[in-house]
Amino acid sequence: MKLNERSLAFYATCDSPADKAGFLYKRGERHTAYHRRWFVLKGNMLFYFEERESREPVGVIVLEGCTVELCDSAEEFTFAIRFDGTKSRTYVLAAESQAAMESWVKSLSRASFGYMRVVVRELEKQLEEMRYGMAGGCAGGCRGSPGSEKPKPSELERSLERLPALPTVLPKENGCAAWNNASGVDQPREASGCGGDAGGGNLRPPLRPPLRPPLLPPRRRAASTEVGSAAVESPSSFCQLHERYGREVAQLRREWLEGQRGSRP
Amino acid sequence: MRYNERELLSLARQPAEKAAEILMRVPKKGSVLKKRLVKLVVNFLFYFRTDEAEPIGALLLEHCRITKEEENVFSISFIEEPERKYCFECDSEEQCQEWIEALKRASYEFMRRSLIFYRNEIQKMTGKDPLEQYGISEEARFQLGTRRQ
Repeated sequence: MKLNERSLAFYATCDSPADKAGFLYKRGERHTAYHRRWFVLKGNMLFYFEERESREPVGVIVLEGCTVELCDSAEEFTFAIRFDGTKSRTYVLAAESQAAMESWVKSLSRASFGYMRVVVRELEKQLEEMRYGMAGGCAGGCRGSPGSEKPKPSELERSLERLPALPTVLPKENGCAAWNNASGVDQPREASGCGGDAGGGNLRPPLRPPLRPPLLPPRRRAASTEVGSAAVESPSSFCQLHERYGREVAQLRREWLEGQRGSRP
Repeated sequence: MRYNERELLSLARQPAEKAAEILMRVPKKGSVLKKRLVKLVVNFLFYFRTDEAEPIGALLLEHCRITKEEENVFSISFIEEPERKYCFECDSEEQCQEWIEALKRASYEFMRRSLIFYRNEIQKMTGKDPLEQYGISEEARFQLGTRRQ
C-alpha cells in the first residue's frame, strides 16, 4: 500500500508542536536488543528517529486502535504498544526513568483521533449550551462545576454577546482558526422593550443567565414558558432591566466587531 | 520510512466518516482519472480499486491543502509540495463541496485548534478551564502556543 511518506516525514520534522518528544529504547522485532531512538509524538503518529538531529524519521507507528500497557520485563521502565489481531506486532519500549515511562504511557494512551474528537465535541456542546443559555431542562449544562455557581449576570451576558458563531468556517493556512461571525452581525439582539416573548425573564439566580434576547431558537421557547409568568408579573422592571442590558450589550458588540475588523489579516 | 502497515490496513476497514466512488488522479506523470473507492477514516484518506478489499494507497491528511478546482473537482496537496496534486472529480458540485468540508476538518491539527479555541472561549466566559474537570488541563496536546520539544 502506498503512503504519502514524504508528507509524513515533513509532518514529523516541521515545527508544528509535538505532543511529546524524548529518547526511548525500542526493542527490535526479531532480536531482543534495544536501540535508543528519538521519539516524537504528533497527534496519533509516533515517529522515531535514529538521532535527535536526524532529518528524517526511521519509522512511524500509527497509533489508532492501540492499547498501551506496562510490561513485565527484565528491563526497567518498559511499556508496550499493542494492537488487536494475532499477527500484529507489539512495540516494546523502555524509558529512562519511572516518571518518563508514566508520562509516555499517559500521552500515548490519549493519542487517538477518537479521544481528541470526544473532547472537542464535549467542549463544543458546552459552548453551544452556554451560547443559547441554560433553560430549565438543561441545568446539567453547568455540570456542577463550582466556578460557575455564581456568575455575575452582566459578565455572562456580555460574554454571550461577544461570542461569535461556532467555527463552521475552516482554518486558514497559517493555522489560525477562523470562524463565521456573519451571524453575529445579523442576530436581532437589540433591546426593544418587552415583547410578548417571555423568553427572557428568568430572574432566578445564579445558575442561569438573567436575560434572554427577545428572539430565541424555537426549542428554548418551550423551556422558558415556565419562567414566563415571573416576567409577566413584573413587566415594567423587567423591561427596564432588559433595556439597560440591551444597550450595554449592543455597545460591547460594536466594540467587538471593531476589534475583529482590525485584527483580520 | 517504516510503518505498521497491518494496522493501517485494519484502519482502512473501519467504518468511514465518508466514502464514495470518485474519479481520482494521482500526481504522477501521465496519470489519468480513474474510478476509485475513496474512504475517509480519522485523518487518513484511503483509496481502493472499486472491486478490491485492500487499498491501493493512503494519504495522511496533516498539513494538507484542500482546493476547489474546476467544476465538481477538488484537489489535495501537501504544503511542502504544493504543486503535486491529487485530483478528485465528483458527480456533482454538492458532493464536491461536502468532501472539501469533510477533508478540511479531518486533520488532527484542525481538531486541536478547534479544541484550543473552544477551551479559550469557555474560559473567557466562565473564568474556568473546562478541561479541569476531566483532569487533562495540563496535557501538552491541549496547550495554546508553541511547545518546545
